[in-house]
Amino acid sequence: MLLIPCPYCGARDEHEFRFGGEAHIARPENPDKLSDEEWADYLFHKTNPKGVHFERWVHEAGCGRWFNLARHTVSHEIYASYKVGARKPEVPE
Amino acid sequence: MVCRDHAIRYGRREFAPLKGGHGKPPRRYRGATGPVSRYSIFSLARNALDYHRGWQKVWRSPDPKPEYDVVIVGAGGHGLATAYYLAKEHGITNVAVVEKGWLGGGNTGRNTTIVRANYLQDASTGVYGHALKLWETLSQELNYNVMFSPRGLLHMAHTEHDLKEIARRHVANRLLGIDLEFLNPRQVKTFCPIVNISPNARYPVLGASLQRNAGVARHDAVAWGYARGADARGVDIVQNCEVTGFRIEGGRMQGVDTSRGTIKAKKVAVVTAGHSSVLAAMAGLRLPIESHPLQALVSEPLKPIMNTVLMSNTVHVYVSQSDKGELVIGASADLFYSYAQRGSIMVIEEQMESLVDMFPIFSRLRMMRKWGGIVDICPDASPIIAKMPIEGLYFNCGWGTGGFKAIPGSGHVFAHTIANDAPHPLNAAFTLERFSSGNLIDENLAAAVAH
Repeated sequence: MLLIPCPYCGARDEHEFRFGGEAHIARPENPDKLSDEEWADYLFHKTNPKGVHFERWVHEAGCGRWFNLARHTVSHEIYASYKVGARKPEVPE
Repeated sequence: MVCRDHAIRYGRREFAPLKGGHGKPPRRYRGATGPVSRYSIFSLARNALDYHRGWQKVWRSPDPKPEYDVVIVGAGGHGLATAYYLAKEHGITNVAVVEKGWLGGGNTGRNTTIVRANYLQDASTGVYGHALKLWETLSQELNYNVMFSPRGLLHMAHTEHDLKEIARRHVANRLLGIDLEFLNPRQVKTFCPIVNISPNARYPVLGASLQRNAGVARHDAVAWGYARGADARGVDIVQNCEVTGFRIEGGRMQGVDTSRGTIKAKKVAVVTAGHSSVLAAMAGLRLPIESHPLQALVSEPLKPIMNTVLMSNTVHVYVSQSDKGELVIGASADLFYSYAQRGSIMVIEEQMESLVDMFPIFSRLRMMRKWGGIVDICPDASPIIAKMPIEGLYFNCGWGTGGFKAIPGSGHVFAHTIANDAPHPLNAAFTLERFSSGNLIDENLAAAVAH
């Protein structure tokens, strides 16, 4: 069970949130020029690391806003919670 | 009964011949290269006379050799089945199965043991149907009781939409030769009397589809049976041996680096479920896979009460009763990515709400144990059983929440893919390239429950 620090509301129970997958995936700048393989990579392929993962969450049953977490996928430790558009925070390896 | 040369051959001095254990060696296992005795009522009686002191280890634990024809990464059900069929069907016996932990200790030992084939798409019905056919004779094939019990599987409908979805899948399956029946609520009650079919339920039962030849099997026995069969044919199963990297030269696979040294091999087959992305990253590949925790739990043991497997999409739960009497209950995967083999208690809470909704009789049942596995989910909820862009590298992954049922079929077609360096007709559609070509095999409706 995660205790998730929403950057707008503070720490709340996991029940109030919904997971939104990998963060910092940039929309292709020239979609017309992308090959099928590049599209597949953008749409489907995941980093899915065993370690620190930068990911999107939405505070669905709270403020309703999207934000990012830096969370470890083995210990589930949350290193940072930050607003959409902010740079990736520094985290321990 | 102990065979003297068996102990010598495998260096097992601790199994000194026992009193009465001399004389004729036990009958050899069919097609075996090693002296593994065949299990039967007679071997049971013979060993009983000896107070069961004479049973042999079921597989060897050899040190890895410097080179093999094929290295399989991951000694779960799929990996061991692959090794078994490589040896049996294709005569490739110079094979190692390397395993980071212990044999069958991953998802093979952590699932809810359900076997069914009522998927929607043709390609899925092909491979799951193939697996179901192999399940039916697997105990005889392996001379190892996998306790396959085709006790039927009910897939419940609670809304008009569920009814339409079930009707669609019903027709699709029947066209492809998978037998399904439709039951109305009264027939559901007759088939499984403890289901609550009251129209006053929060999600009343409107009907169900029944696959009579689906059921459950003993999860550990599948891994052990395939391990024994593969080992008897000369396959080395190397446990506590973690792969730390691949040796790739000029786009060709040359071998693997492991915690027990480098092992050369021109063909490497990766069957590591939740860790597939980690292994792919070692080879410089990215996969369309997410690793999620999926939990299950068992109740205290009860007298026989649940005669079938029951699953529901809308009231999300699936349940069966094990031969020990425990209810085996599963539900949703946790939504976030994790490699921790544990999930959040809120998922279990929702699962228990669903269980009590369907079966008010279980409302005071106590739960004994819970556990989690890491499932590897593809965006279309179908597996990847294919050659990778690196020559000599093969992946069998993405089974997500429903890999257990597919073990025999998956191993069979994957062995064919490795031996011939080309897919079997049944897994030709399950490529990695389908994500760039757009030929997805969408099973999100059919695969979402009963894992």
